[in-house]
Formats: sequence, C-alpha cells, structure tokens
Amino acid sequence: MNVSYRWLQACTTEPIGSLEEIAERLATRGFPVEEARELSVGLDEVVVAQVQEVRPHPDADRLQICQVDGGAGLVQVVCGAPNVEEGGYYPFAPVGASLPGGIKIRKVKLRGQASEGMLCSERELGLGTDEEGLMVLEGASDPGQALVEALGLEDVRLDVEVTPNRPDLLSHLGVVREITAGGHAHLAVPDIPGSDPGVGETLDTIELVVNQREATGGGVTIRVEEEDLCFRYLGLRLSGVSVQPSPPWLQARLRAIGARPINNVVDATNYVLHEVGQPLHAFDLDLIQDRTVVIRCAREGESIRTLDRVGRKLSSRMLAICDIEKPIAVAGVIGGADSEVSDKTTEILLECALFKPASIRSTRQALGLSTDASYRFERGVDPEGMRGAIERAAELILATAGGGTFGPLLDVCSRPFSRERIPLHLERVEKVLGVPFKAEAVRALLEPLGLLVEDAGTDLSVEVPGFRSYDVIREVDLIEEVARTHGYDAFPDTLGPFRPGSVPDHPLFRLEEAVRGELVTSGLLEVQIPAFASHRDGEVEILNPVSAEEAFLRSRLLPGLKACLEYNLRRGNRDVLLFELGTIFRRGERGGLPHEETHVAAILHGKREPAHWSGLAARLDLWDLKSLLERLVDVVSEGGWVVRAALGKDEEWGALDSEAAFRVVDAEGLVRGAGGKLRVEEMDLPLWALEVWALELVLPEEPNPQVAQVFQSLPVYQAIDRDLALLVPGDRPAEEVISLIRKWGGADLREVQVFDVYHGDELPQGVRSVAVRLRFRAPDRTLQDQEVEEAMRAVTRALEEELSVGYRKKKD
Amino acid sequence: MAHSGSLVEDLNTLESEGLKAVQSAETIEALEQVRIEFLGRKEGRVSGILRRVGEFSPAERPKMGATANRVKERLHAALKAQEVSLGQAVGRRSVSEDLTLPSRGRWVGGRHPVTQVIDDLVEIFRTLGFTLVRGTEAETEWYNFEALNTPLDHPAADEQDTLYLKAGHLLRSHTSPVQVRTLERYEPPIRILSPGMVYRRDSYDATHTPAFMQLEGLVVDEGISFVDLKATLGEFARRFWGSDTQVRFRPSFFPFTEPSAEVDVKRVFLNERGEESETDWIEIMGAGMVDPAVLDASGLDSERYTGFAFGMGPGRIGLLRYGIPDLRLFFENDVRFLGQFAGP
Repeated sequence: MNVSYRWLQACTTEPIGSLEEIAERLATRGFPVEEARELSVGLDEVVVAQVQEVRPHPDADRLQICQVDGGAGLVQVVCGAPNVEEGGYYPFAPVGASLPGGIKIRKVKLRGQASEGMLCSERELGLGTDEEGLMVLEGASDPGQALVEALGLEDVRLDVEVTPNRPDLLSHLGVVREITAGGHAHLAVPDIPGSDPGVGETLDTIELVVNQREATGGGVTIRVEEEDLCFRYLGLRLSGVSVQPSPPWLQARLRAIGARPINNVVDATNYVLHEVGQPLHAFDLDLIQDRTVVIRCAREGESIRTLDRVGRKLSSRMLAICDIEKPIAVAGVIGGADSEVSDKTTEILLECALFKPASIRSTRQALGLSTDASYRFERGVDPEGMRGAIERAAELILATAGGGTFGPLLDVCSRPFSRERIPLHLERVEKVLGVPFKAEAVRALLEPLGLLVEDAGTDLSVEVPGFRSYDVIREVDLIEEVARTHGYDAFPDTLGPFRPGSVPDHPLFRLEEAVRGELVTSGLLEVQIPAFASHRDGEVEILNPVSAEEAFLRSRLLPGLKACLEYNLRRGNRDVLLFELGTIFRRGERGGLPHEETHVAAILHGKREPAHWSGLAARLDLWDLKSLLERLVDVVSEGGWVVRAALGKDEEWGALDSEAAFRVVDAEGLVRGAGGKLRVEEMDLPLWALEVWALELVLPEEPNPQVAQVFQSLPVYQAIDRDLALLVPGDRPAEEVISLIRKWGGADLREVQVFDVYHGDELPQGVRSVAVRLRFRAPDRTLQDQEVEEAMRAVTRALEEELSVGYRKKKD
Repeated sequence: MAHSGSLVEDLNTLESEGLKAVQSAETIEALEQVRIEFLGRKEGRVSGILRRVGEFSPAERPKMGATANRVKERLHAALKAQEVSLGQAVGRRSVSEDLTLPSRGRWVGGRHPVTQVIDDLVEIFRTLGFTLVRGTEAETEWYNFEALNTPLDHPAADEQDTLYLKAGHLLRSHTSPVQVRTLERYEPPIRILSPGMVYRRDSYDATHTPAFMQLEGLVVDEGISFVDLKATLGEFARRFWGSDTQVRFRPSFFPFTEPSAEVDVKRVFLNERGEESETDWIEIMGAGMVDPAVLDASGLDSERYTGFAFGMGPGRIGLLRYGIPDLRLFFENDVRFLGQFAGP
C-alpha cells in the first residue's frame, strides 16, 4: 500500500520522525517498507507547458505538430499522444532535460519535422502507470512553472507491506495510529484548506434518521433488503455542488500515493478512503430513479456498465446497490457509469456502507476485479469510523465544490456494532510467550494500540475498538499484540531442555538416501524437475495451469529427464549422466486425491569415463545400464524384485527400444520399473548424439525397515573351479541356462560366472558359445574331485536334456 | 670336471660388483657402459661365465643356469631402476613412464545443490531432536487452508496463488498441511521436519518458480513457548550460518501461527581483501507459535499443548549460500552447473 510521508505527518499533532525512523518502526512492528521513492527525483527540469497550437503532421497520421509554451518562448514539438489539445496544460521536458527513466531529451526530427522537447505521460515521469496519453495538468495556469512545484511533488511515497490481517493499517491515519506510541490523543485529521468552520458543526448536529431496514429523508429513500450482507448503510444528500477539478493540494495528495485526480467530488471520496480507510461512493442523485436506493442481491440476468466502462453480468450471489429498477453499483466493488458524478452533477448522494467481507470477496473474485474499495471491504472496515468518514467527505466536498447538505443523515443499520471484551489471563501470556508479564506491563503495551485494558488481578479484560475488531477476537490475538509491542528482540533465546520427538522417521527418506548414494557413486548428477507435464505425459489435470505445456502432472519421470538431456546436448554437453528422485501422479479413486508415487529415473548418454590419453573411452552401453538397474533394484527391492529382459515393445514404460529393454518385476509379477535403450527418433537430438540409456523405478511406498545384517563365517576350505564352454541355441536365454546350472549344481555350488560369450563360424548355425565358471566349495571339508565331477555330470546332463545345451570341451 | 661351487661363487661376486657399478653410474651413457660390461651378449661378463657351463656335469647345470638367470634379472632390474631415476633427474623419459601425465578420470556424480542444502539443514535439526516425516503433494482445501486457520473466504487464502486440481483438490502451496496430518496421527512430544515440493501459480523468474522445495518444522509439547522458538531457530541459524551470525525476529502474519515472525540473519564473511565484513539482514524463514485453532482442528487440547512451527525455502537458502543469481538455474539442470556441486 502506498502512503505519502507528508500526509502521514499531517495526521498527527506530534513530530512523526524521519523517513528512516518510520521505516524502522514499521518493520519492527511487522510491516516492512518495500520502497521509499522521492517523487521529485529526476523531474527537476520538467516544467508546466501550455500547448498553443496543434496541427496534423503532413507525413504521419498519428503524429501532430504542437507549438508549446514552456515559459521560454514557443517551441515546436512533435507529439503522438491522442489527448493533446490546444490550450491544454501538460508536463514538458525541454531539450537537455533528463527523465526519471534515464531518457535524455534531444532536438530531433520526426518524419522530417523538428521536435524540440517532449510532452510527457504519467508513466514517462514515473508518477503513475497511465501511458495512454499525456498527463493533463488540470488547474495549471503558469507555463514555465516547475512541475515539482505545480504538483506538490516534494514528497516521498512509501510502499508499505500490510499483512491481510490488518485492514486497519490501510490508511494514513491507521499507519500513524500503529507507529506512534502514547495513546491516540495526538491523532488528527488534517485541516481542510478553504473549509468553512461552521460546516463541521452543521454536520455534527445534523438530523439523523435511523432505522433497521428503511430510512427516508431529504427526498431520498434507502432500503436494505439483505441485512446479512449489508450491516449498515449511511446516505447523505448534498445539494447544489459544482463539480470541477480539485484544488492543487488535494490533487497533490492523491498523486503522491499514485492515484489519479478526477474531480472534486470523486477525489474527496478517494481522499477519505486513503485518509481513514473507509471506502465511500458518490452518486449523481438525479440519475437514481425515484431517488430510492435499494440494497439487494442482483437478479439473474441483470447487468451493469461499471465506471471502467465495462459491461458486467451480475449473478444472484452478488450484492448490488440499485435504484427502484436496476443496479447502479456493485456493492463494495465499483460504481456504475450510469449514475456517475460528472461536471453536470449538482445533487449528490454520498454512500458509506458496511458489507459482509466474504460477500464482497466472492463478488470481486467472480468479476475478476479488485479495487481500493473491495480490497478494504473484504479485509474489514472500521464499523466505528463510518459516521466520521461520511462527514469528512461531506466537509471536503462542501469546501471544494460548494453547496450544502440537504435533509437528514440516513442511517439504515440492522447490526449495530458493540465492542467485545476479551479476557486475558496473565498465566496464559506466560505460557505462550515464555516470560511473565505483570498487569501494568500488559496495559502499557496494549493501550497505545487502542486496546483498553481493565485490570482484575491476574485476569484482565480487554475492550477492542472497531478498527481492530477483525483480527483481535481471541485471547491469543491479544498475546500476539503483547509480544509485538514488547518487541521480539526483547525476549531471551536460551535453549532449554527438550523432549526428543516421538514421531518415527518416514522410512522412505532413508531409502531415497541409499538410492542417491548408489547413483552419485556411479557418477550421475541429480536433477530437480517441476512435476508439470503436457497432456502426453500426465493424467492428473491442473484446472488453472500457467500454460498448456504445464497443464498436467507427470505420471513418469523419464519425459522430464529426456527434455533435460535434450537441453544439455543442445548446449554442447556431450557426457550427460543424470538422475531424479521425484513424485509422480496418477488418477486417484473416484473423488479421492490423486495417487502419488516416488520414482527414481536415470538417463545416460556419452562415454563410460572421461577421455584419457591411454586409449579411447568406450561408450556407455547396455551393460552399464543393466548394471545400474540391477544395483538400484538391490537397493530398492523389498525382496523378490528381479530384472528381466523385456520381450516385445513396452510402451507403458516409455519409448524403450524393444531390442534392448528390461523390466523390473516384483515377487507378485507386477512390473515395478524398466530400463533400456531409448528410441531416439522420438527425441530432439543433435546429429552427433550417441545411444541414450534410461531407466525408471518405483520406490516402495512404505519400505521395509532395514533387515539386520547377519555375519557369515569366512570359507576355510579350498574351492574347486570348473569351466564349461556351453553351446547354447540362439533363442535360449542365458538366464535359463544359469538357473538350471544352479538347480543341478548341488548344495556346494557357490558361484556361476559367465566369462566369455562367442559367436563364430566354426559353431553350428544359430548356436553361440557361452563359457561359464562353476565354483564349488563345502563349508565343512575339502571337496573331493569325484564329488565335483558328479555334480558336473548332473549339470551337463540336465542342460542337454532340458535345454538342448551341449558343451564343447572341459577346460581346467 | 670343474666344480660347480666356484662358478656359482663367481656369479655371486659378479652380481654384487654389477649392482655397485649400476649404483655409481651417474649418466645414461655410463649406465649403458655398465650394461654392456656385465650383460653384453658377446663381451659381457655374465655371458663369459655362462660359456663355461659346458665344463660341468648335466646334473649341475640347472643349478648354475638358475643362479645365472637370477643374477641377470637382478642386474636388469637395477639397470632399469637407475635409468628411471636418472631419466627423472634430467626430465628425459619414455612416454609410457612419464608419471606427470594425467591420471585416468571417472565421472563424478553429485546430489542436487538444493538436496545438499536440505541435507545440511536436516542434519542440524536432527541433533535438536527432530524426526523426518512426509506429506503428499496433492492435498485438500481442508489441509492446505481451513485446518490451518485460513478460511477460504479470507484474503489470507490469496497470499499464495494456488494451483487447483479436480474435485476441490489442489497442489499444496506450502508444506504446512503436514503439520495437521502429523498432529492428527501422533501424540506430543512432536518435533518434526518435513521437506518437500510445493506449488504456486507463479511464472518463472529469477526469484520465483512454480514449484520449489520447502522445509517445514513443527514442535508441539507441553510448555513450549516463544522463547523456545527463538532459542531453537537461533541455535539453528548460528550452526548453519556460523557462530557469529546475528539473528533477528520480526513480527509477521501467517494464519496458522500466532504470534508470527520472520527470521532474518546477518552473517559475517571475509571480503575480497580478507577482512571481516557483514551482510545485510537476510530473510531466511517464517515462523510462529502454532495457532490454537490448528491444534483444535487436529483434535489436540490447545489449553494443554503449545508449539511452534517454521518454514523455509532450501532453494532460496542455496542462492545465498552459493551466490547463485537466479532460481531458474536449479531447474535448468545444465551439467556444467550441477557439476560444480558434484562429489559424494
């Protein structure tokens, strides 16, 4: 929220402190100043100028040639703004001047026409965001006057970060109330220049018509039909006003906080909003049918053209301010264009209302429109400040637009506000804050905030004023105020004894760590990839995605890793070994949350090791991939998971090449992962790319706790090795051969190792030679040769009979 | 027939003479002379002795042959070793023996820098009695907002722009739902940490990404106070950032804690001139006393128990720690970036 330093100063009778002091005090109270900007910075050379003459540019449709009086004789300026008019006053940067954005003004030719200087928009001056046209200087009359002086820009704009629980800080008075200690006696709304001292008294003693549902007076009727959504509605008629630009001081105030002056009536309501935090609205009473205001929900199908010139459809869930026929404003959000105050307006109805915050919030959400008013209404407006606010606005309007009140102040109120008293136990204060506080200390801390403390021994009772009635509701809210005003730094921070937590570690963390360890040791780098995916790679949809490419949640990690590889290869990184541990999402049970799994995936591209002078490094190959997959299965498996050669295409686990693919199968036969060569045709890879190897594996949701390792005695007897060169038919998987050897090798067969695979012309057609070494050892004695021979005979016989596997010759 | 004993003796003498000669050779050329003198095929002294083998009985020949071979091997080895040390001294080496050549490398893997930050944070909190729990990334409005004292019709629910899924589900916008799920399931004393991914409807820029890691902490027990919050988080900060780190607690607002705080640190570091220098105050986490409404929503007696909670962004901490200018680097996953943080 923007506040003006000078305006803050005007809200108290005491000195408010330097900028730094204010920023420091706000920060220690929890409201850091994000930015403090001196408004005059960079505007020293900008002056008020009057445009004397405007004629079209001979060679450009959109440009105009202006004769500009900037106080130093007429100069010609080429201008592209649509709103430049003869006789108008605008900010002017002469040749040689610099603007806040760093633009240096030079003499230039635009389509052949000389241009000596620049007429400026708000945005170009750093005063606002409007760049539609030139900034119009209403009420200016002195060409050559410094802009800083003309606009009263000797001020600093502070952008204060106000947390959503503190609507009472969304005004100048609110900020001053928070940061000045010592009660509220010094708070004051600033005097209004030109105000008739009698006006205040008139307003204070004005006749009141108070009613629960409907009030009439001064020719105006106000009826509240939705008491649950509109708690109170004040209406005041002002008559005989003259709508025109606001006086310079008022315009300066609004500009200082980045608001745009419009006219004296609208500006007055805006001013009061920023001064005391109460949104107000002014209607042109003559445009309200029957001069009757009805606060009701919109009817289905009703629409309204709002002040921003947009036609909006209303729904029956939106509260509307209506005349007897139609909506004239969207309650708490924005006024209607058809009842807008204009320079023809003479009769005004001022509105000051209190709406249900949640109702305003849902309306502005449905309309997609947040305004200064809705921002405050949905957070909570001071129910005790309404009368003061409407009087303040009336006083301002009467001072700047003339006229007078007409009829009584209408007050339709179904829910009069009464202050709550909240009990505060000193024992509880100590329990939460860890430090004892005496009743007097608590009083001294709370009362400057406007919280009135009534002492009753160790139990206090605190009366909460209206402006804090939204966030101070419970005892703990008061305890927070004690801590905040005491100052967090004033609390000790000595570490005391504590009981260790009783919640067990989730076992998946440990498993993840083991998986990471294995992969890092294998030379892979961990990546993190957001879980977003396009519809191709996900099935759980995001309803409000940032982009179509991120409209789903991934159901696999590999697509993300592939993109990562593509990115790295595009950047010329040739050896890319990556892995990710992350969450994947699948459709849940009907109506239930999506199903989540933790997966690990890896992608490998390049050489097995960095280039070395001793020889050419080999490419990563199928066996590197299979090894990694097997080691991961070892780490992850809950027992019984095996790596199998996959037969046929496996689309489910990503685009793996059917010639080189593995599946990880658990004890129940469920596929828990896969790995192999990726089909690179489907990827965006450079020409020099090598094979791409990848794997992905599910981690068990609730991994088994670690099984205690049991020691096995070291072998004491000699082992006997026997080698076999097997002639294996081409379609017979080595895995079958090995498991058959294990089956028939007897209890003393310890290891079966494949040490050579050979395809050669001397072998029969379709047969390969697989050389295996069998290692036999008994735990309790040295094996005899004939025992081993017996086992070997059993093995070779079974191989021949069951798998048609012969053998070439026995090796030693 | 001559007796083999004298010949074996001769060979042994020759060996010790040869070894001495090798030792004293100071140039490659001198060494070559020694080699020719002792091992030369024609004139060499070892060959000379071996020529006399014929004088002995066949039974004795193998013993002599073995001795002669041993002597030859030893002299060869000594020559080679001397050659190497001479070669090294003058920098003249055959390629295969240049030990200054680069060694064989291997790929060095590594944890993601954000993982490393999390590991370090967790390690510190572990010594303070914390355990690790997990939560799901898809959540309900109840756990993400309402149970955390954040009514959906209150503007506080807008502070984080949430990504919604079907059926009123959403992607958690913070790790705080884990608080409620833990409180529902376990009895105090609770001291938990929960690292995990959270999601916001943000576009990528230098300081925002639509997904990022967060680390949640929660302590609930009897007698936990704001002093414990300051003490525990202060202790953490000094262990993580250095013992001379200053820690500051500023009031803030989170719907699920009251009082709430932002925690800032000011670190001491050595500047480029090697002098001690101080950083500005850096915001590192949000924290606060658990709001009684959260304990009530979880079915815990808020009169009996109190607690504190905190949350921080390991990614943001990583930026500060490593001097990384842009959060997006964490998600680009360029191996030249990741490789800088590699190592077991």
